[in-house]
Amino acid sequence: MIICERKPIDEIKGFIAGKKKVLLVGCRGCVTVCNAGGTKEVEILAALLRLDAQKEGVELTVDEFTLERQCDPEYVDELADLVAKGYEVILSMACSVGPQFLSRRYPKERVFPSLNTCFIGGALAHGVWAEHCQACGNCIIHNYGGMCPVSRCSKSIMNGPCGGSSNGVCEISKEVECVWHLIASKYMDEGRLEEFAPIQPIKDWSKSRDGGPRKIVREELVK
Amino acid sequence: MSEFEPKIIAFCCQYCAYNAADTAGSMRLQYTPNVEIVLIPCSGRFDVILALKAFQSGADGVYVAGCLEGGCHFLDGNIRAKKRVVYLQNELKKIGLEPERLAMVNVSASQGPQFAAYVDEFAGVVKGLGPSPVKKQLAA
Repeated sequence: MIICERKPIDEIKGFIAGKKKVLLVGCRGCVTVCNAGGTKEVEILAALLRLDAQKEGVELTVDEFTLERQCDPEYVDELADLVAKGYEVILSMACSVGPQFLSRRYPKERVFPSLNTCFIGGALAHGVWAEHCQACGNCIIHNYGGMCPVSRCSKSIMNGPCGGSSNGVCEISKEVECVWHLIASKYMDEGRLEEFAPIQPIKDWSKSRDGGPRKIVREELVK
Repeated sequence: MSEFEPKIIAFCCQYCAYNAADTAGSMRLQYTPNVEIVLIPCSGRFDVILALKAFQSGADGVYVAGCLEGGCHFLDGNIRAKKRVVYLQNELKKIGLEPERLAMVNVSASQGPQFAAYVDEFAGVVKGLGPSPVKKQLAA
């Protein structure tokens, strides 16, 4: 899933400074699962903003709504009646796709992101997420024991480990495990090191970001 | 002008702190009447939104009372509650509300005197801070 983190409250307060009517829109997709922008987080941020306004003696209405997803036009359409009520600012609590879709669908509205979109990853434990994919467009993890050297190696090297690997930890931080250590250990544990030994060919990066923004068209699905 | 009497909301776990309040009552212990106790099934039920709503509604202080660490009926509800309290204290600080208005305390069911003493102690802290700035605006 896409892992996001809420922006600092001061930055969000800056978006709504001087405004009296704000719509806070959550998303039931990835950001609900990573506890950044679901119904609950919308409720908490709205409460904090209201509390701040109350404290300052400033008039502020914060309405809350959570869409099924903000990255699908049919769900974004559901916001039309609410948007028609007239808000000075719409705060999106989705990954950065959400505010872009809201802006496109409601071009007259001022839409701001309330989250920082961090990475594609998974939960290592409740409350702990780690990057596991960089959307390079050409998955090669099967060549690396099911682990991704593109996203999980600090240097994204295809033939490792490098000299910075020490006791299974990357030189950049003791918090970062060396994926190349994990890959090599796995092959060794399975007694298949010879399968791993060949030098991997240069990766085809043509499906990554090199060609600019990417798009997929599935003709069998297009109306 | 009459002395400021803070309004305090205490979210009390039914297995310990709520019973500690009962124990305090049975022992005829006197403590400040500023606290309103809300029964929760475990301090792990405490959610930041509960405290935020209490503050929004004019509470001057909020505290969560759970079992002694290691003594939670659901193993780690009190540890989770503590983390949520720390998280919200930081958020309150960022919006300019004193984090001391929110607290976590651990008491067992038999610790009536400790419960009563804590209520007085927390009420003293909140009195020292003065009325919640949110409340001031609500009253205006």
